[in-house]
Amino acid sequence: MKLTEPKVRAIADLANLHLNDQEIARMARDLDEILTHIDKLNELDTSNVEPMAQVLFEAGETATLRPDVVSATLDNATALANAPQSGAGQFKVPKVIER
Amino acid sequence: MDVRNLTISTIREGLAARRFSARELAQDALSFAAAENPKTNAFLTFSPERALAAAGRVDEKLARGEDPGALAGVPVAVKDVIVTQGLKTTCGSKMLETFVPPYDATAVARLEAAGGVILGKTNCDEFAMGSSNENSAYGPVRNPVALDRVPGGSSGGSAATVAQGTAVVALGSDTGGSIRQPASFCGVVGVTPTYGRVSRYGLVAFASSLDHIGPFGRTVEDAATLLQAIAGRDPMDSTSAFAPVPDYTPAMRQDVKGFKLGLPKEYFAGLANETRDQVEKGIDLLRKSGCETVEISLPHTEYAIACYYIVCTAEASANLARYDGVRYTMRSKHAKTLSEMYQLTRGEGFGAEVKRRIMLGTYVLSAGYYDAYYLKAQKVRALIARDFAQAFEQVDALIAPVSPFPAFRLGEKVDDPLQMYLSDIYTITGSLAGIPCMSVPCGTTGAGLPVGMQILARHFDEPGMFRLAAAFERAGGFQV
Repeated sequence: MKLTEPKVRAIADLANLHLNDQEIARMARDLDEILTHIDKLNELDTSNVEPMAQVLFEAGETATLRPDVVSATLDNATALANAPQSGAGQFKVPKVIER
Repeated sequence: MDVRNLTISTIREGLAARRFSARELAQDALSFAAAENPKTNAFLTFSPERALAAAGRVDEKLARGEDPGALAGVPVAVKDVIVTQGLKTTCGSKMLETFVPPYDATAVARLEAAGGVILGKTNCDEFAMGSSNENSAYGPVRNPVALDRVPGGSSGGSAATVAQGTAVVALGSDTGGSIRQPASFCGVVGVTPTYGRVSRYGLVAFASSLDHIGPFGRTVEDAATLLQAIAGRDPMDSTSAFAPVPDYTPAMRQDVKGFKLGLPKEYFAGLANETRDQVEKGIDLLRKSGCETVEISLPHTEYAIACYYIVCTAEASANLARYDGVRYTMRSKHAKTLSEMYQLTRGEGFGAEVKRRIMLGTYVLSAGYYDAYYLKAQKVRALIARDFAQAFEQVDALIAPVSPFPAFRLGEKVDDPLQMYLSDIYTITGSLAGIPCMSVPCGTTGAGLPVGMQILARHFDEPGMFRLAAAFERAGGFQV
C-alpha cells in the first residue's frame, strides 16, 4: 500500500475536504490503485526532457499585454448575488477569531 | 415543423424563403425538446425567454434586410460548465445548484452574436470529470440511440441533444476526450479544436492547460460552422491563440486525393472487435477516396493515462479550491467555524469522482512528491507531444479509433475508477499535445451502437481535418 488511511486524512486536510470514515477507506483503495498505475512513468528516462507545462505557440513576447485602461467590472450587488450569506455589501462567514 | 433533421444550411434556406420565422422555429424546437427530454435527461435547464428573444432579433434583422449571422435561428444546446449570464449554470454539481452567472462565456456571446438560439443547458459529469455522464448530481443522461446505455462523458448531455434531434448543434468541453468520446457513443460529429483556438473565458476551469470548448453537430459542416463562429483570439483569455481563423468552407469542398494518413499502431491494439472492424472499413473508404495510408508509431501512448491523471488532477485541485462556501456556492448548514465551513461545504457539495481527483491532485502536488509526480508528468507530456510532432513530419493527419468499445450500460463501470480512466486512452494523447482532433460517425456495431473514427491533425490544421471529415461524410462514411 502506498497510501495509509492517516495519510489520506492528512491530504484531505490539505484540500480542506471533509471525508467520512467510509469515504476515507474507499479513497485509500482507489488512490492506491491509481498511483500503482501511475508508477509506470518511472519506466521512462526523462532526465534530458524539458517539462511541458502548457501548449505554446509562436507569439510576440508582450503579445498578451493590453493597454492599462480602466474598464467596467462587476458592481457590488452583482458580485454578492450568489453568496450564501451577505450583508452590508460584504460576504459573511462564520466567526474567525474567538474572544 | 419536424426539427429533428434540420441543419444550419436548411435553416438558412428556410428563413430566407420565409417558410418559417426564427421565432416559429425556436418555439417548435423548445416544445420538441421539452417533450423528448424525459427520455434522456440531456437538458438540465431550458431557457425559453432567452431563446425567443434571440430568435426575435434574427427575425427583425431579416425584416430589415440585414445579414442575420452564420448561425441565424439555429437551436443550440450549451454544456452546463459554460457560463451564461442570468441562466443557471450548475456544472452538474450540487455545489453550484443555484449559481446564476453574472456574465456570458466568450463562446456563448459569439454564438449569440452570430444569430444562434440557446435552448438551454445540458447535463454533464460533475465539473466535466467523467467518461459516462454518471457523475452528474442531477442524474445520468441516457444514450438516445440505446436508452439503457451511457451517452459517454463528460459532455454526454450535449452529444445526446444533437443525436436526439432536440438541438441542431451544441457546445461541449473537452479536457481528455469529453467531446470526442460522447460524440462517438451517440453517433454525431464532435470537434476538439487546437488548444487556444476557442477562448476559455467563461468555461468553468477543470484543468486549464487541457480545457477546450468545441462543437457537436450531425454533419461536419454544422460542427465547422459553429466552430467558425466562436473561434479566435479573445483578450479575456491570455492562452487564446493569435493565429487568424481561416474560412473552413472551401476546405470542406475539396477532395482528399494524395492525402497521407498515418495509422498509429498503438491505437489498434486492445480494441473491441466490432470497433476495429468499423474503423478499418472507414479507413478503406478513405483509401478509395484517394488517401494513402502508412502505419506509424506513437511510442509513448501507453504512458498517456498516467501522465494525464497527474496533470489534470493537479490542475483541478488548484482550480476547485475556489468552491469554498463564501462567494457563489452552497454552504454547509452544519459548520460552526470558518475552517469547518470550508471542509463541510466541500465534503457535502462535491461528488465522489470530484473528491477523488481533488485528493489525487493534492497528493501529487504535496511537499516531497512534486518532482516524482507532477514534474515527471510534465516531462512525459513533452514526449507525447514530440511523438505527434514527429508523426506529422511524415503524414498529413492520423486516423484512429475514439474509444476502445462502443457505449456501455449504465452502471457497468461505475465502481472501478481506474478502468473508467483507462477507457480514455485514445483521446487523452491528442488533448495532452493540444492538437485538433474530432470524432466522426463510422457506422454501427451489429447491435446498432455507433462507432466513432478519430481524425487528428497538426496544430491549427482544422481546415485539413474538416476537409478529410467532409470527404468521408460525402463518401458515405457515416454509414459505412
